[in-house]
Amino acid sequence: MAVVTQIQGFLAAIGAAVLGLCQATGSLVLFAMSGISHVFMPPWYPMELGRQLIRIGYFSLPVVGLTALFTGGALALQVFSGGARFNAEAVVPNIVAIAMTRELGPVLGGLMVAGRVSASIAAELGTMRVTEQIDALTTLSTNPMKYLVAPRLLAATLAMPMLALIGDIIGILGGFLVGVTRLDFSPGTYINTTYNFLTAGDIISGLIKAAVFGFIIALMGCYQGYNSGRGAQGVGRATTNAVVTASILILASNYILTEALFGT
Amino acid sequence: MSAMIELAGIRKSFGPKHILKGVDLVVARGQSTVIIGGSGTGKSVTLKCVLGIISPDSGAIHVDGEDVTHARGRKRENQLDKMGMLFQGGALFDSLPVWQNVAFRLLQGARRKSRQEARDIAVEKLRRVGLTPDVADQFPAELSGGMQKRVGLARAIAAEPEIIFFDEPTTGLDPIMADVINDLIREIVVEMGATAMTITHDMTSVRKIADRVAMLHEGVIQWEGPVGEIDTTENAYVHQFVNGLPDGPIEAIR
Repeated sequence: MAVVTQIQGFLAAIGAAVLGLCQATGSLVLFAMSGISHVFMPPWYPMELGRQLIRIGYFSLPVVGLTALFTGGALALQVFSGGARFNAEAVVPNIVAIAMTRELGPVLGGLMVAGRVSASIAAELGTMRVTEQIDALTTLSTNPMKYLVAPRLLAATLAMPMLALIGDIIGILGGFLVGVTRLDFSPGTYINTTYNFLTAGDIISGLIKAAVFGFIIALMGCYQGYNSGRGAQGVGRATTNAVVTASILILASNYILTEALFGT
Repeated sequence: MSAMIELAGIRKSFGPKHILKGVDLVVARGQSTVIIGGSGTGKSVTLKCVLGIISPDSGAIHVDGEDVTHARGRKRENQLDKMGMLFQGGALFDSLPVWQNVAFRLLQGARRKSRQEARDIAVEKLRRVGLTPDVADQFPAELSGGMQKRVGLARAIAAEPEIIFFDEPTTGLDPIMADVINDLIREIVVEMGATAMTITHDMTSVRKIADRVAMLHEGVIQWEGPVGEIDTTENAYVHQFVNGLPDGPIEAIR
């Protein structure tokens, strides 16, 4: 009998976890759809959008730039020493360019911005929830989904491709600097190879990814903050959850997008 | 006197917790009604149901003769345009300077005013609650608790609402500041001719600002009557609460 109860308890625990996951997914999807619909329906808050573009886009530039610079540099070294095993040292510019634009620019940039922006959105909205500021918005005839969530979703979706593009350029620059100073590439050859090799598709696919990542970053920050639990602990948990879920969703959606864009 | 706010059989549960078990209450036009009751008895939930922040499970809410129980979108906004709310912690937007907090409603929506006009109104309302114009450009975090309460009050009255809600207006203030805020609330409600609905457990506040008092306990209104009768009523709940007695129908441990 004891064994049966134990098995039942085990199955119940699995069931509860699965139900919880389904419920969380459902409420996230509803939240996302509501957020998207408010992006397209007036009233709009252009002041808020501008503020968020500056906060999410402009202030993320240093983080994204530094990430791209060092990644590009490291990549050049790795490709050089790896390529040396089959006498293919010359592919450094090609691999750096394609890896930065297709994968590393959007993904690493996205992960860095997730850490910065998801956390800060979740903390801000969570604090607003806890201190009744979100309720106060409602009582002032302002829909918080329109005033708080929609501008952040739109701003991140617009800003992330810009950041990824700048990341691409700085990443290739990082590879170039290492290639020229440490690996004896001639500057002209390096730039020419990169320029001739890259296609618009490489860059655009990366920017599409970045837009999706930007949406995920703002969505997870807003969702976790908006549904934050009470008190400092609730806000803390919301912040952690926002960064963790945004990062995982970025990596998962990156695979799906790569499959969709380049899969055979 | 006609009813401004009418609650009939409002029920609300959060999971297994039954907070409101059929609240019936009428707030007359132009009167100040105070709901008293211990912590966790559903005072805030009642208020949030009227504001539409929480949707009741059953029952009906009428405001100014209109059924607003589950009103959404434009209809809800039209209702909220008539209302002002002072939150317990002020709930000021800390990303905006004081004057934009006060004039928030005037800077958004269909009946938007110019920035200069909105600012003038904000400064005027700040003066009404006893704050000088130089506060207007400060941020809420720079103000003391009492000043934040005043700014919250200025924001609640900025659009000249017909109904004003006060959520524990004196909580967290020292006795002198609490008295000043009570006087201010009383004056403003009287001079605006507004209908007021307040929740509190501060009896000094009740005696200052109430025309009528309703006692909420165990999810229902146990007693309702003029403020003058709270000391003489036979009702055991009110008697115990008003006098702060440990023994009576209200359990000390909730």
